[in-house]
Amino acid sequence: MDLRAKIPDGPLAEKWTKHRFDMKLVNPANKRKHRVLVVGTGLAGASAAASMAELGYVVEAFCYQDSPRRAHSIAAQGGINAAKNYQNDGDSVFRLFYDTIKGGDFRAREANVYRLAELSVNIIDQCAAQGVPFAREYGGLLANRSFGGAQVSRTFYARGQTGQQLLLGAYQALERQIGLGKVAMFSRHEMQDVLVIDGRARGIVVRDMVTGEISCRLGDAVVLATGGYGNVFYLSTNAIGCNATAIWRAYKRGALFANPCYTQIHPTCIPVSGEHQSKLTLMSESLRNDGRIWVPKRAGDTRPPTGIPEGDRDYYLERRYPSYGNLSPRDIASRAAKQVCDEGRGIGPGGLGVYLDFADAISRLGEDVIRERYGNLFEMYERITDENPYKVPMRIFPAVHYTMGGLWVDYDLMSTLPGLHVLGEANFSDHGANRLGASALMQGLADGYFVIPYTIGNYLASTKLEKIAEDHAEVRRARDEVVDRNRQLLAIRGKTSPTAFHRRLGKIMWEQCGMARNERGLTEALGKIPELREEFWRDVNVLGEGDALNPSLERAGRVADFLELAELMCRDALERRESCGGHFREEFQTEDGEARRDDERFCHVAAWEYQGPEAPPARRVEPLAFENVHLQTRSYR
Amino acid sequence: MDLTLVVWRQKHAKDPGGFVTYPAKGISPDMSFLEMLDVVNERLFAQGEEPIAFDHDCREGICGACGMVIGGRAHGPRGLTTTCQLHMRTFADGDTITIEPWRAAAFPVVRDLIVDRSAFDRIIQAGGFVSVATGSAPDGNAILVPKPSAEGAMDAASCIGCGACVAACPNASAALFVGAKVAHLGQLPQGQPERHSRVLSMVDRMDQEGFGSCTNHGECEAACPKGISLENIARMNRDYLAASFLKRPKVGGGE
Repeated sequence: MDLRAKIPDGPLAEKWTKHRFDMKLVNPANKRKHRVLVVGTGLAGASAAASMAELGYVVEAFCYQDSPRRAHSIAAQGGINAAKNYQNDGDSVFRLFYDTIKGGDFRAREANVYRLAELSVNIIDQCAAQGVPFAREYGGLLANRSFGGAQVSRTFYARGQTGQQLLLGAYQALERQIGLGKVAMFSRHEMQDVLVIDGRARGIVVRDMVTGEISCRLGDAVVLATGGYGNVFYLSTNAIGCNATAIWRAYKRGALFANPCYTQIHPTCIPVSGEHQSKLTLMSESLRNDGRIWVPKRAGDTRPPTGIPEGDRDYYLERRYPSYGNLSPRDIASRAAKQVCDEGRGIGPGGLGVYLDFADAISRLGEDVIRERYGNLFEMYERITDENPYKVPMRIFPAVHYTMGGLWVDYDLMSTLPGLHVLGEANFSDHGANRLGASALMQGLADGYFVIPYTIGNYLASTKLEKIAEDHAEVRRARDEVVDRNRQLLAIRGKTSPTAFHRRLGKIMWEQCGMARNERGLTEALGKIPELREEFWRDVNVLGEGDALNPSLERAGRVADFLELAELMCRDALERRESCGGHFREEFQTEDGEARRDDERFCHVAAWEYQGPEAPPARRVEPLAFENVHLQTRSYR
Repeated sequence: MDLTLVVWRQKHAKDPGGFVTYPAKGISPDMSFLEMLDVVNERLFAQGEEPIAFDHDCREGICGACGMVIGGRAHGPRGLTTTCQLHMRTFADGDTITIEPWRAAAFPVVRDLIVDRSAFDRIIQAGGFVSVATGSAPDGNAILVPKPSAEGAMDAASCIGCGACVAACPNASAALFVGAKVAHLGQLPQGQPERHSRVLSMVDRMDQEGFGSCTNHGECEAACPKGISLENIARMNRDYLAASFLKRPKVGGGE
């Protein structure tokens, strides 16, 4: 398999402009002859579906939620980056590009990241015009704030609900097209396979989650915008329904899966309170501006936090990283928390937590100032934990938050399966080994509003697509396979619930493929996961029927795919014998415990090719060339 | 804590449905209401009974998927709270809790506690947007928005579309939902060109979907997990009146 990224020639800053001219166009009258299927309606999917419909394509959009407005992009809190330089503080497209490449620990493709930075400015214009209520200054101009990994103020925001407001903007644009009859919307539909005919993606197999009916939808191109796979860990900040089924099915049909081991663990989440826990809640990174992170110096110190004198506390981030302190990047802060907990100095139930203490800030600034800055977060914390963070320190712990890996795509966002395009978190393209805050929203919308509407035209105009009959043998076969798989799940009638398997898988992944990985642990996980998978197919119990709304069946199908994907993640983590960004291999660290990259051997994208159920997948490589930035070691000391 | 649940079970839209009582013993006060239901469902599962179906997704109070009438109140007894953010410590040991789906003609039951809220999407299709095709926007700072307008728009735009307002209303009116969108876009300069056509189309659609009329009970505001204010309904009514006096524009707001 030849991984051709198809990056246009020419200087970095001119590549996208040149490419837009070089791409073929579909004439307006012909656009309505092409049907495009868009799966997922988050920022990437909704913006793509709306924009392509505006151009005149016939679009069908699918989501598993009851409404496209509920996709998990809605939960993003902080903001969206854009190189507007409205603050006159030295920002530029090149600086946003540079910060993103560096933040990703030099494991992303230069050309894609540059295009992302370039398009960031158009996103803000588009969203403001849609009526997204961005924060404003008194003069009526757009306001900005600062975010991690940058020295300029370039983050646009709508209170703590930026994701919600951007998604509602895209959703409203999508609903407008639905109302005009340009998009057919299929809510409560879950994609369960890709239809490949003559080597091209020509449709999808979907299950109507209300009636259980399984059908094929045919089209000229398929766009997956189905989000990340963080729920492979069972507990994460993702929504309960987030899953990897769409990208995993595509992988098994020929799309390569790139860098599956790159996962982002967010340092400030509310710790687990018991076995019943179903998800983890994020506390915004902004809290680290005023909160100080500490644990007791002595292991097993069970005194209440307020009873531990200053001299017995270890403000470990301030101690280890004096220049960045509590504002160290996400991967570093998460790992440091894990280390102190491993030393037995963690606090709270199970010793899995560290304190985030506002006492100093409150005595310095007063409770009112803190309430004004973080009131809503403090209230949310109190609601969940029943503890008052104005009086006692918050307890926090890292949690899985985002996956940088995903389906491999070329510069046109097309996977190795021709016709199958992948946008947003579902692809691997822009964040390297670590994503900076406020960049996920930017990527989703850049892909959906401003990249795919062009590149899909190029694909359709340069490809000869035969019409496919509804009763084509391949269509029936793909459908039958999905029907069989669901039947099989229902027929096992074992003793264990799908959720119980999911929980066990999550535990393996968190312990052995989580914040810190090593060869022994990964090898062990590679032994345990296939055993668990085998047990699943023998002992899972899926209640109810296939021809009705059945949450148990939905869960089982997703867990079955996670059980396969988890193995690929461990395999990738094992093969990448270096530490970079969110991927930390304990064998590859500096003397002071920092990540040690190996640019000689691993300055590349690893993309995995499915080789059938019996053979192990093949690891393909796309070398990364850095022509515009210097490879260097990140330092936050 | 030990609780008794009285839960609405209904196999599908045409099934008459009915209440079924389940014990919920050994519940931790730290659980969210949905985690409590997860536990009950795991136990039902162990007995080979089908779990209680309910809509949920983000479990952090923002997606708007969850929602049930708990003890006669939409999203339960705590103000400004979605069901997923309601914790069991709100209840007392030994409580009996009645759990029902949203009840409204425009929200037919799909199964158990799940209802069909697609009417909300169709109301948005009728005019809940600004018609601006991708690529045609001016610079973000070309249109100034006074801070109070931006803040007012943001207050209204916080609506999560959960439907609690409809469930709480004795008339099952969607006035708060529609008012919030009308007020969000109507307070911004970007929303002015379509302001009149928007309110007429959206209100018409709301009526066609079978929602009742607003008679100013105010239950919607009390139930709203995001604190959307009744003022939005007043704003919608004012805009509707003004628009009705003008020549009725083309409905649909399309191209």
